[in-house]
Formats: sequence, structure tokens, C-alpha cells
Amino acid sequence: MKILDELFYTEDHEWIRQENGEIIEGITDYAQSELSDIVYIELPEKGIEVHKGEAIGTIEAVKTVSDLYAALSGTVIEVNGELEGHPELINKDPYDTGWIVRIKISNPKELEGLLDAEEYKEIIEGEE
Amino acid sequence: MAEKKRGIMKKTPLYEKHIMHNGKMVDFANFKMPIQYSSIIKEVKAVRESVGLFDVSHMGEIEVSGADALDFVNWVTTNNVANLEVWQAQYTTMLYPEGGIVDDLLVYRLPERILLVVNASNQDKDFEWIMENKKGNIEIKNRGEYYFQLALQGPLSKKVMKKILKEDPDEIKFYWAKEEEISGIKVIISRTGYTGEDGFEIYGDAKVGSKVWDLLMKAGETTGIHITPCGLGARDILRLEMGYCLYGNDISRDTIPLEAGLSWIVKMDKSDFIGKESLAKKKEEGLTRKLIGMNLEGRAIPRHGYLIYKEGKQIGEVTSGYYSPTLGYPIAMGYVARPFYEIGTKLEIEIRKKMIEGEVITLPFWKNGSLKR
Repeated sequence: MKILDELFYTEDHEWIRQENGEIIEGITDYAQSELSDIVYIELPEKGIEVHKGEAIGTIEAVKTVSDLYAALSGTVIEVNGELEGHPELINKDPYDTGWIVRIKISNPKELEGLLDAEEYKEIIEGEE
Repeated sequence: MAEKKRGIMKKTPLYEKHIMHNGKMVDFANFKMPIQYSSIIKEVKAVRESVGLFDVSHMGEIEVSGADALDFVNWVTTNNVANLEVWQAQYTTMLYPEGGIVDDLLVYRLPERILLVVNASNQDKDFEWIMENKKGNIEIKNRGEYYFQLALQGPLSKKVMKKILKEDPDEIKFYWAKEEEISGIKVIISRTGYTGEDGFEIYGDAKVGSKVWDLLMKAGETTGIHITPCGLGARDILRLEMGYCLYGNDISRDTIPLEAGLSWIVKMDKSDFIGKESLAKKKEEGLTRKLIGMNLEGRAIPRHGYLIYKEGKQIGEVTSGYYSPTLGYPIAMGYVARPFYEIGTKLEIEIRKKMIEGEVITLPFWKNGSLKR
């Protein structure tokens, strides 16, 4: 299972890339592999305010449905529109073209609560 | 039985094959079964366009023999067993006296016995039910452990079978079976399936299950046909695309065959059977609901248990729902109240607090299967 060292993670299997007060969020390789065959994604609207841990979208896979949670509080400034026509990008390329939302964060302190690659790896190993 | 209560999962004789093919293993009806190997979508596509191989050894087998076997099976099931010739098979249901469904199953009339193939999750319940209703000169055996069962399904399955059979696979007609010897292994081959495609189901001694798997795979290779191992996920979608019922989802003790679209396997004019009287009464009173198929707008997927509405009023519930990889849009089956089950009726399904519009359509969803009756 691919875990990138430069990213942060949540226990809900989202990854976070930090960039000057903004984050890009997606779901991890482990999450996409567990869900498998993603066929539809409901994205949050641009401009809405979100709170850490809040369900902001839905990921539908063939067998199951899963919520997408905001990894941190802030404002959604961009969503990956490509996913509407090509939700399978999340399966194929979860850390790059399969990214999901960009959030301008409102509480930088929350960053401290994220997991690093090593910690996230332990969580996955616990679940397997 | 004691094992089950402790939650220890059983393995089918094909377990090693699943691991070898990277099967994603899940617990299903007390068995460790592959939900998928590579991708459910790819597996569904393989069965619709080429050929897929399923291990369905978790299915239960019950054998009934003795002088009164035929009469007895005719008494506990709804289809007419008396019409069956030796080596012929039929789809049927077993009912409670109230008309609810004990199980849906296949009945094979074999030379010396009748073979019942039942749902894995119902195997013990079915066996107990049959024992409770036992009458006449018969012997009943729970044989789930003895048999392996493989399903080779898809438009190209015939070509693969041609390679391993001495005769033309078309000698085995739809819903007929035959005993065959393939590379010295005795098996029962039947022209049946749960996918809507042409296909074969193969039964035999569990000990040689994995050998038969290898023989099929090899026959694929030598004919240049890639056989895709398929898991329970693909199986579930393939059957829903055909509008076939899944016990526990679409049918149960709380549903009667008449409302589930299964009247065709209930022969009211045959000799008496368990549940007949209740069905006759319900037929006279008129059905209050029916199992229907629905197409939906958009891409949100209806799931088991989602509610169905008409103009704001709840009139039913989804029993099976998926994204159909073959059709490219979401599909659902569910029960809806009279009179909303008529074809063409516009309904709504509530998906995450939104009302998604849909329409009652004629089943099956997938109408172009290679299955020729």
C-alpha cells in the first residue's frame, strides 16, 4: 500500500498536502483499495465553510458508500471537477490526479493533530 | 455447528486458488469467500463479454433418496417436480405454511436421488425444515461438505467446455445436467447459472474441486480464452442486472413468491404443497405490493433499505441496489405498494435526504444476455 512521506493523514484515511495556509485533501491508497471501483462522488460546493471531521461529500463504490470528511476546518476553495466524469481517478491515482478538495484552513493549530506517514502506516497495519 | 457458533469461518476447497489470485476475502455465510479479485467492474465485464469462473462451493447441497423422494420434494417445493425427467433441473422455492419463503433453490432429478442446491446462508435452516416435514420412505442427507461447485459463466463458456468435454456442450440443454468424466474426474455438469449469460455449473467431490478449477483454467489457455476469476461482488451485480432475487435481500420469510415475481415457479394446479393454501387465499385477496425494477436519474446509488416515495408518501423500500457496470447507471429492485408497481410509474428514492427520480421498468435490466432458453 502506497504511503507518501511528505503528506499528512487522518484516521479516516484522508491524506493532506499542505501549501501556504491551504490544504489539498484526498483519500489514501489504502482507502481507495478498500472501497475499490469508485463510480460516483458527491463533492462539496465551492465557498462553503467546513469543520474538521464533518462529512462534506460522499464516495460511492460499486459495493459500498463512504463519507468524505473535512480533514481540517476552513473554506472549500476548489473541488476536483474531473472526478465528476472520472471518479475512477481516485482508484488509479489517489495522491495526484485523484485529489478531491482544496481548503483554505481557518485554524492552523489543527494541523498538529494530523498523523505523519509513519503513524498512519501503523494504523493501516492495525486494520489489516 | 458448534464451530459456527464460535464464529470460525469455513474454507471452500478452492480457498488456495482465491489466495493465489489475490482474492479479497470476506466472511459470507460462515465461509471465507472472495468478494472480488482485481475489480468488480472488470469481473462483471468478463462475464458479459467473455467468461468468468466463480467458486460457489459455499452453496448447500441436500440429497433426498428413496421410493417416495419425488413425491416428498414435490410436497416441500412449489414448482412441479413430477414433470422433471432424469437429469433435468428446475428453479423453485420452499415455503412456510403461511406462504413466506424458506429458500429459493435448484432441484436436480438425478438417477438415484434428488439433489437440492440451496443458499449457503440457509443450508442448516433448510435441512432442519426438510427433516421436520419428512414423510414417506425417504432418506435425507445434508451434503454441503461433500460437494464443490464451480460456475463457468459467459458467452464464451461453451468454447471452454468444448475443450474438456468429449461431446458437444450443446448436448446439455438449458436447465439440464449430465454426469461427465473430465480427465478421469467424475463431475455433474449442468447448463445453469445466476448471471443471465450462457454458462455451466459443475458439481463434484470437494477433494477434486481445485483440480477441476485448474482443468478449466488450462482449457481456457489452450483455446486462447482468458478466464477471469470472479467473486461474490460481481455475482451479486450480475444477478441484479437480470432481476434475479437474492434470498435475504429481495425474498425472505416475510415475502411470498407471488409478490416477488416468482409465480412462474409456483404451480398451483399440481398436487398439494406446503404453503399452497395460504397462497391461494392471498391470490384471491389480491396482492398489496410487488417487487419491481427501477431505473434512476443521476449517479447516486440506491442501496438496500433506502425508502421509495410517491409524491412525498412512502410506498416502498429498496431491497437491492447497485451501480450497473454493464448499463452505466444505477439500478434498484424493491417492493412498492399497489398500484404503484405498474410499469412506467414515476417514483422517487430517498438517497441521503435527496429525492432521486426513477421509473418502474420491465425486468430484467440487462436484456442482451447470451443466455438462450
